[in-house]
Amino acid sequence: MQTHMKQNLWGYLFIGPFIIGFLAFTIIPIIASFYFSFTSYDLFNAPRWIGFENFKKMFTSDPRYLHSLKITFIYVFAGVPLRLLFALVVAMLLNTASRAVGLYRTLYYLPSLIGGSVAVAIMWRQIFGDDGIVNLALMTMGIDPVRWFGNPTAALWMLIFLSVWQFGSSMLIFLAGLKSIPQSYYEAASVDGASFFQKFFNITIPMLSPVILFNAVMQTIAAFMTFVPAYIISKGTGGPLDGTLLYSLYLFKQGFEFFHMGYASAMAWVMLVIIGILTSLIFFSSKYWVHYESEGGR
Amino acid sequence: MQAKYIKKIIYHLIVGCFAILLLYPVIWLIMSSFKQSEKIFATAESLIPQPFILSNYAQGWAGFGDYGFDTYILNTFIFVILVLIGHLISCSLIAFGFARLKFAGRSFWFAIMILTLMLPYEVVMIPQYIIFAQLDWLNSLKPLVVPAYFGHPFFIFLLVQFIRTIPRELDEAAIIDGCNTFGIYRRIILPLIVPALATTSIFTFYWTWDNLLGPVLYLNSPSKYTVSMALNMFLSNETVSNWGAMFAMSVVSLIPVFIIFFIFQRYVVDGISTSGLKG
Repeated sequence: MQTHMKQNLWGYLFIGPFIIGFLAFTIIPIIASFYFSFTSYDLFNAPRWIGFENFKKMFTSDPRYLHSLKITFIYVFAGVPLRLLFALVVAMLLNTASRAVGLYRTLYYLPSLIGGSVAVAIMWRQIFGDDGIVNLALMTMGIDPVRWFGNPTAALWMLIFLSVWQFGSSMLIFLAGLKSIPQSYYEAASVDGASFFQKFFNITIPMLSPVILFNAVMQTIAAFMTFVPAYIISKGTGGPLDGTLLYSLYLFKQGFEFFHMGYASAMAWVMLVIIGILTSLIFFSSKYWVHYESEGGR
Repeated sequence: MQAKYIKKIIYHLIVGCFAILLLYPVIWLIMSSFKQSEKIFATAESLIPQPFILSNYAQGWAGFGDYGFDTYILNTFIFVILVLIGHLISCSLIAFGFARLKFAGRSFWFAIMILTLMLPYEVVMIPQYIIFAQLDWLNSLKPLVVPAYFGHPFFIFLLVQFIRTIPRELDEAAIIDGCNTFGIYRRIILPLIVPALATTSIFTFYWTWDNLLGPVLYLNSPSKYTVSMALNMFLSNETVSNWGAMFAMSVVSLIPVFIIFFIFQRYVVDGISTSGLKG
């Protein structure tokens, strides 16, 4: 008994900071946020209980909210697959014995490294400007320049390109995954006369599927919460015409610009539910396409 | 033989050119920071600054209004170091508890920790703000730094995974030699998890250095601004054509990130490849 007590004491001594932090900075705020989501609260007057009003407003009388939700979905479902595709293609290109691979790996990773910074968002804003280098390149190719800041759809794609540009960290994870596939599988397939595509779909994709799953989940969650590029590129407005008003940015504006703390809290909860559903959908679907070696496979 | 060479050359051409294309915006940013402001867009197609000037850096460094860029850099370094100390101490202690100690409720708390990993910051952002406002911590680094002393789920997880690879025989030998639990942490585990602590430090540095939302929420007076905030201020004060200074300071803000990356490249790459840390 004595040693049990002592063991527990040591255990809680060590993880104590986590428990205290969890209570103070996570669980209490979660409960408070849940409560606020049913109130009208402006930070200066006491919260006023309004039941489901906030949620009702979101889906029935706030077109800006629905618009923000829509473009965030476009951002996530265009950006994440494109990013993963790039990551996979480049990882396969780099999965060779060439001595230059280390250098290439570094170069391709650099955008990911600096991608979250304000500096890069500023840079992106400038290269997509009316006389920026993107339009110069388009004109050289004989394509009409695009007014990226004059058109909400173009502005959203500017953000999607920025997200795709940062495929480097996913690429590193894929590269590590590719290296762990036994070379003998490919050799055996070659002996049987398999083509490149047959090898790709029957060896590479199944063997890599747990890593793809992991990447898909993490990138989807992260993409849903994107804030910095939208904030910087639109100078905090979400413009043009709300074209870059991603969910997090709209939430931030509702909370800290209009002081609709109750509404913003309700938005955060809807976001949590959406992320939860997306994650479970990916996990649920994984049954059909993720191949786990330890289950014996085929 | 010939065909093999040609294949190799084509491979390097494709992979190399694509890398240059990818990095072209960054190269353009750096080269433009040496151009005169009014020439940046007029000569956007050229990478060569003509004339080559350094005054953008002097101008940007002098900053806007009362504070120079040195103030913002110093503020950011203080911010990073305080968070870093917090993460190193708290995450190593907590990870040791989870990985090595047996106590009632361990799996429960571990599961909770993994769940918080998935929790969007937006959910706790507003109540946290209210709590810190009540504590009168607004317009100070406290709301940004104090939570770091209570662990960060990502790094705790990383360290737990790392500690689990260390043979338990070492702990047992230490117990026989008369070490208590804290001694095992201090003398056995801590020295052995230095590589994982390095990864923790590097990513803490990146995330804190780049953090914009936190400072935007909590810092109001320009004297306390971080580099991210200062760049944001540059952008919103953007007078008609002072691109040069803004580009120059953007480049300055990236320099520490590059330096840390090139020194500790191995830890960064390993950290991402093995644990999926987002870079």
